Amino acid sequence: MNPPETVRDIRDTVRGRSRSASEVCRIALDRLDAVEPSLHAFNTITRERAIARAAEIDGAFDRWRDRPLVGVPIALKDNLCTKGVRTTASSRMLETYVPPYDATVVSKLDAAGAIVIGKTNCDEFSMGSSNENSAFGPVHNPWALDRIPGGTSGGSAATVAAAITPLALGSDTGGSIRQPAAMCGVVGLKPTYGRVSRYGLIAFGSSLDQIGPLTRTVHDAALTLGVIAGADEADATSVPEAVPDFAAALTGDIRGARVGVPARLIEQGVDPEVAGAFEASLATLVSRGATLVDMDLPHARYATAVYYLVATAEASSNLARYDGVRYGYRDEGGRDSLHTMYARTRERGFGPEVKRRIMLGTYVLSAGYYEAYYLKAQQVRTLILRDYERAFEHVDVVAMPTSPTPAFKLGERVADPLQMYLADVFTVSANLAGLPAISVPCGFTRGQLPIGLQLTGRRFDETTLLRIADAYERDTDWWKQAPAL
Amino acid sequence: MLAFAMAVFTREQVHAVARLANLELDETEIELFARQLGDILAYADEVQKVDTSGIPPTASVLTRYPADRADQIRPSLSPQEALANAPDPAPDSQAKSGALFRVPRVIG
Repeated sequence: MNPPETVRDIRDTVRGRSRSASEVCRIALDRLDAVEPSLHAFNTITRERAIARAAEIDGAFDRWRDRPLVGVPIALKDNLCTKGVRTTASSRMLETYVPPYDATVVSKLDAAGAIVIGKTNCDEFSMGSSNENSAFGPVHNPWALDRIPGGTSGGSAATVAAAITPLALGSDTGGSIRQPAAMCGVVGLKPTYGRVSRYGLIAFGSSLDQIGPLTRTVHDAALTLGVIAGADEADATSVPEAVPDFAAALTGDIRGARVGVPARLIEQGVDPEVAGAFEASLATLVSRGATLVDMDLPHARYATAVYYLVATAEASSNLARYDGVRYGYRDEGGRDSLHTMYARTRERGFGPEVKRRIMLGTYVLSAGYYEAYYLKAQQVRTLILRDYERAFEHVDVVAMPTSPTPAFKLGERVADPLQMYLADVFTVSANLAGLPAISVPCGFTRGQLPIGLQLTGRRFDETTLLRIADAYERDTDWWKQAPAL
Repeated sequence: MLAFAMAVFTREQVHAVARLANLELDETEIELFARQLGDILAYADEVQKVDTSGIPPTASVLTRYPADRADQIRPSLSPQEALANAPDPAPDSQAKSGALFRVPRVIG
């Protein structure tokens, strides 16, 4: 069986006119119709718009031929605003919200010739690690339908894994691109904080959130990053850093690259099959000419605690805007007074995990606790950042498993939020430090569940990160495998 | 050092925080959150073990910011677009000052 098509494969066939954009679009929609009943990966399918858009590209092909993603069907996480297309963040609060504008990344993908076929399911307001916090029901892992796809960009990961589209965008606040990528056996890239405009991304933790691609190959992630990266005056935290040709830097040559391995951090709590696949992936990197460097990130063990203090504080502030006045759900029971309306709207519009995090964030920001929790967490965040800065004096990337376990069963951890949070132990520190990080497929368990290798790079040095990840991918064929669906 | 042996969350604390957060929790949620928030905070208390004397806090990892832009009037959403998602928009004809978001009574 041939491996599923990549972004590059599809673009090249459309560009070479061996297939029209309309034909490719129809194939993607047919595949979606066939597998969506099993996966529940989409909140909204934009069938008519996609077909019209493909026809538009075919009808004015000379104008579109040279665009980097011409004719490529894509999916967008449902927390990215799309003008005229419902954008829910998988929340009752925004169930009928239709944005009057496009997120910057959406405009850029449009201009690159991509065709959006729908909005993918995710955890409500991107809070979760399993996609089970969606108000519209969970996504199923294409490799094992009784298991989670990972979260929060679970619908995007499942879409790429099930070969509906070769590219989906996700967002990553504490691992929400990388962890589902690992659990669904695809590539997931979180760019450097500031690399990609967040304008039009429904905010969760504003100092941590970053948009990035989920793809089958590192090349496709590099290609997509080149399209969506760059400073944007609509996002004051996007940085005017030069955007190199990321795909052109994938030479396969990593001789002399130094790969840091924080052995002490990963010696505990890692599933033995994950640990085995991780060890084997290091050996592959060495066989390509990389050197392993033993290193330590002494404060990274506090990252999960720091993350859940910082992220919930930012969330409690960001989600204060959902008050039933300007957009979204309003509870009609609270007609008598403004305060009752606010409180009932928020009680009924938000799901349990979102309320839990708003409560935690409100508490850690409240008088008497601010210094002990929020400020303290921000100080430890500085130490985590410094650990990485020190490490990058001696290494080019840091390698870890993406997730300590493969995908768990649906429902297994729902009752215990703290257990759920601990699934993020290896991913959150890249967000706290603002660093680029990627997950690439690095094996399967005996039960055929995908395992991911995570590499973390220097700030704004996605080039080195992607080159090493791509070199690894060239010597493996995990990425070529597809679930029997 | 602060004492953090008491990461237990009382029902009263849950009530007080819910009021600050504008959330009207039901009885089941109050019970559940008291327990769960207590557990999570007990775990988060790990950060207290770290010596952070003299360490500045990090609120943002950005080390450079784009320059301020000129303060010029530019096109923005029309009142109709801005009101399109409102649960209770006031029609233009009723408001002398233009389109409005309507809310329940605030005082009296």
